Amino acid sequence: MAPGSPADRPVRVLVAKPGLDGHDKGAKVVARALRDAGMEVIYSGLHQTVEQVVNAALQEAVDVIGLSILSGAHLTLCQKLRRALDAADLRDVIVVVGGVIPGKDAERLKALGIDGVFPGGADLQAIAEFIHGAVAARRAREAG
Amino acid sequence: MAEGKKEQVREVVLESGIPVKPRYGPEDLQGFDYACDLGDPGEYPYTRGIHPLMYRYRPWTMRQYLGFGTPRESNERFRYLISIGQNALNVAFDLPSQMGLDSDDPLAEGEVGRVGMAVDSLRDMEEAFDRIPLGEISTSLTINAPAAVMMAMYLAVAEKQGLPRARVAGTAQNDILKEYIGRGAWVYDIDPSIRMIGDTIEFCAREAPRYNPVSVCGYHIRESGATPAQEIGYAYCIAMAYIDDTLARGLTIDEVAPRFTFNFNIYGNLWEQVAKFRAARRLWARLMRDHYGAREPRSMWMRMIAGGGGSGLTIREPENNLIRGAYYALASALGGAQTMALCCYDEGYTIPSAKASKLSLRTMQILAEEMGLSDTVDPLAGSYYIETLTSQMEEKIREAMREVERWGGIVKAVAEGLIQRKVSIQAYQEQRALKAGQVVKVGVNKYVDPTEQEPDILLYEFDPKLAEGQIARLNEVRRTRHWEEVRRCLEGLRQQARGQQNLMPAIIDAVRAYATLGEITAVFKDTFGEFREPVAL
Repeated sequence: MAPGSPADRPVRVLVAKPGLDGHDKGAKVVARALRDAGMEVIYSGLHQTVEQVVNAALQEAVDVIGLSILSGAHLTLCQKLRRALDAADLRDVIVVVGGVIPGKDAERLKALGIDGVFPGGADLQAIAEFIHGAVAARRAREAG
Repeated sequence: MAEGKKEQVREVVLESGIPVKPRYGPEDLQGFDYACDLGDPGEYPYTRGIHPLMYRYRPWTMRQYLGFGTPRESNERFRYLISIGQNALNVAFDLPSQMGLDSDDPLAEGEVGRVGMAVDSLRDMEEAFDRIPLGEISTSLTINAPAAVMMAMYLAVAEKQGLPRARVAGTAQNDILKEYIGRGAWVYDIDPSIRMIGDTIEFCAREAPRYNPVSVCGYHIRESGATPAQEIGYAYCIAMAYIDDTLARGLTIDEVAPRFTFNFNIYGNLWEQVAKFRAARRLWARLMRDHYGAREPRSMWMRMIAGGGGSGLTIREPENNLIRGAYYALASALGGAQTMALCCYDEGYTIPSAKASKLSLRTMQILAEEMGLSDTVDPLAGSYYIETLTSQMEEKIREAMREVERWGGIVKAVAEGLIQRKVSIQAYQEQRALKAGQVVKVGVNKYVDPTEQEPDILLYEFDPKLAEGQIARLNEVRRTRHWEEVRRCLEGLRQQARGQQNLMPAIIDAVRAYATLGEITAVFKDTFGEFREPVAL
């Protein structure tokens, strides 16, 4: 295990609103739910560029980025984010996306390297459990 | 039931915090005064409706929210809905347009024409309203930060159709304060944004008397987690902030108040919504008369579009939303709305299909024409329950307004994120109540169908080439206009933005010269500065 990163330290999550969509009810609800599930949550605020999201992820040393996109621009934005994360050497950051995401796009998002897709109506507990599981698996890999 | 055994009844408390008794009777209306609390329809305090005959004279206006892709695509759908009986338009703009960005702005990538129609210049507005007689069809522009620019374009199109601005009927949403709370399409800082709204109100009061420059939206605040009482209370605080700005310019309340319209939500408990609308009408009349000293009846009319209901609809079993929508429409009609628009059953998934839009329109038409909702005014008046609830809702609305006062007023409450925080916490509590089954959503957390399949929804196929086409048209506009004239207009705008003059005439000059939305917005961003969001959970 890497020094300074005990497997039981709290999971750090950046909940971000990339793009122009200003509907933040869902993002804030998820942020509160993750905080209640024991995570440290940073909320980005609205109208973030992908570059701003990646910088915040870097500065805040997060394990997870949760994007909320209700405008239909999820494919464009997620593709950009994946590339920017790779360029910033943040390949290991887990990315989950929520919002208005049609079923067929969920598969495309996963193909782009998005770890979890949670369309509107998703269960808050299921989101938290997925994140805890994904982070634990990653930490175990790093430790191993 | 055995004699003497105490009846066990479940507790009912409405979202606004009002407990509901199992029954109401004459004892609940002691001290109730018809003349003071209700008045006849069309009479102060307008609880029963702002017109004496209401729907008996004319059913509510049906104005489905619509717009997608390019102006040409939207125009086709507009004309289709008009051909099947829709009598007004309600235009949705794409996010770049809502944020004042041209379609070729790097920030617009992936968003052009997605959630609404793309508009870059007057050329697009001309195309959007091609073969639609603006003298007969009133249009609502759902636009906020760049509302003054879109309004200017609309007036310019009307003028090109031969309609002088004094005869143009329509509405712009133009309510920026709620954008900071709920919908997020803000651009400039708060004070200059309020000034621009004041400019549009003043301009319309003087030159476009049939145009409603503002539709103050409790709607989106409710969608963000506000209770029905807070929805009205916060909207009234916002409306009064705009009114105060215009009064400070020397306009009178009777010049300004008749320009206001409202946009309210219709999901939730049916009786609570009906009482909400009746209480809201009464309270607005009282505020205008007693707080501002209005004398003209029109100043005291709370005119509204009541519609939507998005947060009440569900992703699961979307067809159930058709049924919910019908009941929401009933609440709106029993509440006395002037105009109605319903969310479509597929909106949790997609830009509504033509079929879904038509079903929403049919819901309203059936209600108005087959079910007797247009026969008599305010049919629930005098009901022990409804009148009691109406009075309780008025008090709850006043309570929400008093809380804003304690926060230091609406502008401060918004700038510091106090309202945002309050409604966001409530939204989270609502989700937890849903999860716990304390709030029921049929098919979602009760009577769940274990065999449910993927719903049969026709998804709007977004064409990525569409953005290229829009950008090509924008470049064509840039090539063919007179740049010197555009430059002169933009410079004039910059000068005026620094001063105190009303900006509308200069904006109209700029759009007529085909200055683009992005160019005009850039001038204002420079001069006014951008809003800094209070980011806090």
